[in-house]
Amino acid sequence: MGLSVVVGCSLAYISLLFLIAWWVDKRATELRPGIVSSPYVYALSLAVYCTAWTFFGSVGRATTGGLSFLGVYLGPTLLAPLWFMLLRKIILISKNQRITSIADFISARYGKSTNIGVMVTLIAVLGIVPYISIQLKAVTFGINTLTHFGEAAPAPKPHFWQDAAFWVTLAMALFTVVFGTRKLDPNERHEGLVAAIAFESIVKLIAFIMVGVFVTFGLYNGFDDLFGKALQQEQTARMFTFSGSGITPFSWNMLMLLSLFAIILLPRQFHISVVENTHPRQITKAMWVFPLYLLLINIFVLPVAMAGKMAFGDTIHPDTYVLSIPLSQGANWLALIAFIGGFSAATSMIVVEATALSIMFSNHVVVPLLIKTRLFGQGKDMVDGASRLLDIRRICIMLMLFLAYLYQKSVGSTYDLVSVGLISFTAAAQLAPSLIGGIYWKRGTRQGAITGLAIGFLFWAYCLPLPSMAQAGIISDEFVKNGLFGLSFLKPYSLFGLSGLDPITHAAFWSLLFNTWFYSIVSINSKPSMLNLTQADLFVNISKYIGRQDSDILKREAKVSELRNMLNRFLGEQRTIAMFQEYESMNQVKLGQQQLAQADLVNFAETHLAGAIGAASARLVLDSVVKEEAITMDEVMRILEQTREAVEHGRLMEAKNAELKTLTLQLTTANDQLKNLDRLKADFITTVTHELRTPVTSIKSLSKIILDYSDELDDNRKQEYLRILVMESDRISRLINQVLDIEKIQSNEAPLNLDTVNLSDLVRQAARGMEQMFAEKQVTIRLHGTDKPNNLRADRDRLMQVIVNLLSNALKFCNPEDGQIDVELEQSGDKMLLRVRDNGLGIPPTMQQLIFEKFTQLHSQTQGKPHGTGLGLFITKSIVEKHGGSIRVESHSVAVPQGAMFEVRIPV
Amino acid sequence: MADDRSARLLLTFCLFLLLLNYPLLTIVDKTELWFGFPALYFYMFLVWGIMIFVIAQIVKQRKKKP
Amino acid sequence: MDAAKVLIVDDEPNIVLAIEFLLQREGYRTEKAYDGIQALEVAEAFQPDILILDVMMPGLNGFEVGQKIRQMPALEYTKIIFLTAKGTQRDKETGYASGAEMYMIKPFDNEELVAAVNEMMAYG
Repeated sequence: MGLSVVVGCSLAYISLLFLIAWWVDKRATELRPGIVSSPYVYALSLAVYCTAWTFFGSVGRATTGGLSFLGVYLGPTLLAPLWFMLLRKIILISKNQRITSIADFISARYGKSTNIGVMVTLIAVLGIVPYISIQLKAVTFGINTLTHFGEAAPAPKPHFWQDAAFWVTLAMALFTVVFGTRKLDPNERHEGLVAAIAFESIVKLIAFIMVGVFVTFGLYNGFDDLFGKALQQEQTARMFTFSGSGITPFSWNMLMLLSLFAIILLPRQFHISVVENTHPRQITKAMWVFPLYLLLINIFVLPVAMAGKMAFGDTIHPDTYVLSIPLSQGANWLALIAFIGGFSAATSMIVVEATALSIMFSNHVVVPLLIKTRLFGQGKDMVDGASRLLDIRRICIMLMLFLAYLYQKSVGSTYDLVSVGLISFTAAAQLAPSLIGGIYWKRGTRQGAITGLAIGFLFWAYCLPLPSMAQAGIISDEFVKNGLFGLSFLKPYSLFGLSGLDPITHAAFWSLLFNTWFYSIVSINSKPSMLNLTQADLFVNISKYIGRQDSDILKREAKVSELRNMLNRFLGEQRTIAMFQEYESMNQVKLGQQQLAQADLVNFAETHLAGAIGAASARLVLDSVVKEEAITMDEVMRILEQTREAVEHGRLMEAKNAELKTLTLQLTTANDQLKNLDRLKADFITTVTHELRTPVTSIKSLSKIILDYSDELDDNRKQEYLRILVMESDRISRLINQVLDIEKIQSNEAPLNLDTVNLSDLVRQAARGMEQMFAEKQVTIRLHGTDKPNNLRADRDRLMQVIVNLLSNALKFCNPEDGQIDVELEQSGDKMLLRVRDNGLGIPPTMQQLIFEKFTQLHSQTQGKPHGTGLGLFITKSIVEKHGGSIRVESHSVAVPQGAMFEVRIPV
Repeated sequence: MADDRSARLLLTFCLFLLLLNYPLLTIVDKTELWFGFPALYFYMFLVWGIMIFVIAQIVKQRKKKP
Repeated sequence: MDAAKVLIVDDEPNIVLAIEFLLQREGYRTEKAYDGIQALEVAEAFQPDILILDVMMPGLNGFEVGQKIRQMPALEYTKIIFLTAKGTQRDKETGYASGAEMYMIKPFDNEELVAAVNEMMAYG
């Protein structure tokens, strides 16, 4: 068969893939229901698990290991029933956290740790390179078999450009770059890619079954005939049993275990099954469709292997039987179909794997590095991060495929497909303790994960790839023969004297043992950080958090403008705008007016950003603009609003009760008033919210208690809590009113309404109004100098406010036993003097200036904390000053209680 | 209800883990033909098929319930 | 085993009331104090496993209380959670420097507070 035919068919096939991907992507942008959301497409795309290893390698493996190749497919099948718990949980967590890769998942679990992200990425990249290399190898020998069948193997070419494998690598790299990095999706979802992969799964299944049917029913008269003949020959009769193929129970167990992990932990499987998942619902169908697929693609493996062995003996490499049997029968068309099947298995694996790895590598290694070295630019010298990110990924893909090419050239050529693939399985399995522990064991810590991963990786590297490199002659094989430093217990194939196992089983046993052990023991003995703790809780108890946006204990805020700039850099301007719009419509707010972005916007931005660059990087980026602050105005509003709704809704409290009504009313007004505060300056808001926090804290906590634990509370308790709620919301209303007051006084919006005011009348009126309060505390009030009118020009209402403020202040601080308040009016020149004196403890000299400031409160020894807002005197002072007057306080000593005297002077 | 399903699925996992492992495999690990198939081959694919069927049944159940 | 003991210190009685309820229904024994000086006295007698501490209080502030507790050998194993409205990064650093294991910000979430206390006991 000519090379041009093979290459031509391959190119035609690739074009078809592009067409499918393009069509699906186009449909997706038209917002039609996606094909990709079908559970069958999901199940088929999962079959990216079946690579050239399955297509060519299983047959090869069967000739030596009999049916043991089935372990690779029975492991995933065994796990399938558990997907309902395990995979579903992983998907829920990933959607909640916008996870983009397995490295992202594990790093997010352990406190969004950058280090873990890097480690997992390195393990994945180094571990998977052999796996990619066998795909390249399979395609290359496929081409060679088709074009040179029956001839001697072509001699190795001296230059790489004469090497078919090199051109295959280059073509694959280009294909992957074009396919996997067309656009930057915030969720890393590639619908077109998934559809193409699902299509490839159909192609490889049909192709393999065609070969199987051809062999079983064309060359032989069905299974009876084939197996009957195979039983007659010693070389194929061996393949009937495990014992005849030299498979031990332990290696069978280990093979199943490794494959069981691989179906979740291989980067491409994680990508397809978790990241590309459109809805957790898809899982249930995939739970049996995917195993069915595996069953179908494996039925004919053993027959083909036996037929090949019987036909060729040892003359042809068993990995090529799928092609050489049809070729030897002159069925070139079938050989070509078989090649396309194997080709599609290889391309789908390479495309998804390389895409997944490049996402990891750029998000966890390159981006953090760029952020740390500030290569992305700061402030105004922004760089278009989005397109740069794609470039980084393209380079990653190229590099990875090149690495795989090198591996194949130097090491891979001496081993068969499955042996090399299993090296990668063992590497991927190293992620199992950290991942599974991470979602079921809250106690797992960052330190534990780091130690476990590092030690598992070291054992893997020492027991598998290093010896294979030594045998390929790249490094000295001294340590393989005699152990490292000549210590025989360090021999990589029989570590600590454990011999009698095949290298894979041996390496998997030691590496997983130490990995798990150190992960657990270090976790138990280390203290998790706060973020580690919250993330652990989120991962383990994900169901608790679903549908909840504010899962962070730490509330963070940032300037909207800074946030916007930063997002522009990574997401591009268009997407940033879209994101803000989404947020605005979701929360029905307008962001332009607000200086500070509230915590949920920061979280919103973080999850979006995490979609583009991974959780750890997103955290790093955000830390540069975000300052951790507790609460903003809007959050106060939100809490109040929630409380109000909850209380209204809480008719469960059998209440038509007056207090409840007051409470609802108060919370509503407080909420409305808060909206007016929007106009206030930012710094002022910060101060006020700080004061608001205390009542809001009680309200939030107590109202939640009433709602959550209604059954546990008796009526008295409920009434008491309700009373407190009313009191605290009253406090909020008061505070807000006063803040609004200050705003009015200080801005010139409400000018003084000047009039001639009879101050004596005003004082009498105030005293009368407060009579009840004085009586309650048994305080006597004495007025002096109110016999004459004491007229002056002032704003009547404002002046009344001053008097009331001073009186209630005096009332609060006067002697609790024998309270006495003296009010004195006196005209002195062109000033009117108003003095209010109490007989309390007085004010220490250090405080005398401070009490006129905002939010200063005195704590009296006897009464505990006064229930004021700390704004009364500030307002009083503001009003007096607005009238061109002044206010001062006189108080001598606290030791000898002489009380305090406030003196107001206002021009007549 | 969902818990029921989880429990059934977990049991399925345990049962087939047992069926596809030693020592049970030694029973079928013989160089002979069963219905024209190698004994181990026949057993493996039969168990596999049953398992797929069982999973499909458990997963389906839900639709019947309102 | 005796129930774990928690001392709640806050000058806002209503907040103390809420926390008290939340922890008691989880089976903790609680004590309360309304200012820093009282907190030290009660802590010495009560020997709490966990101390939930407000920062802005009359008398001694929470940070000072934390530092003093850390110097008392009898309370070596008492864990401190600051629960405060002061939420800046610098406040947080001061908090941790004063010997806190955790720094939570008001208004808190009931479940989160309980979870934090539970975690802390579990890892003790």
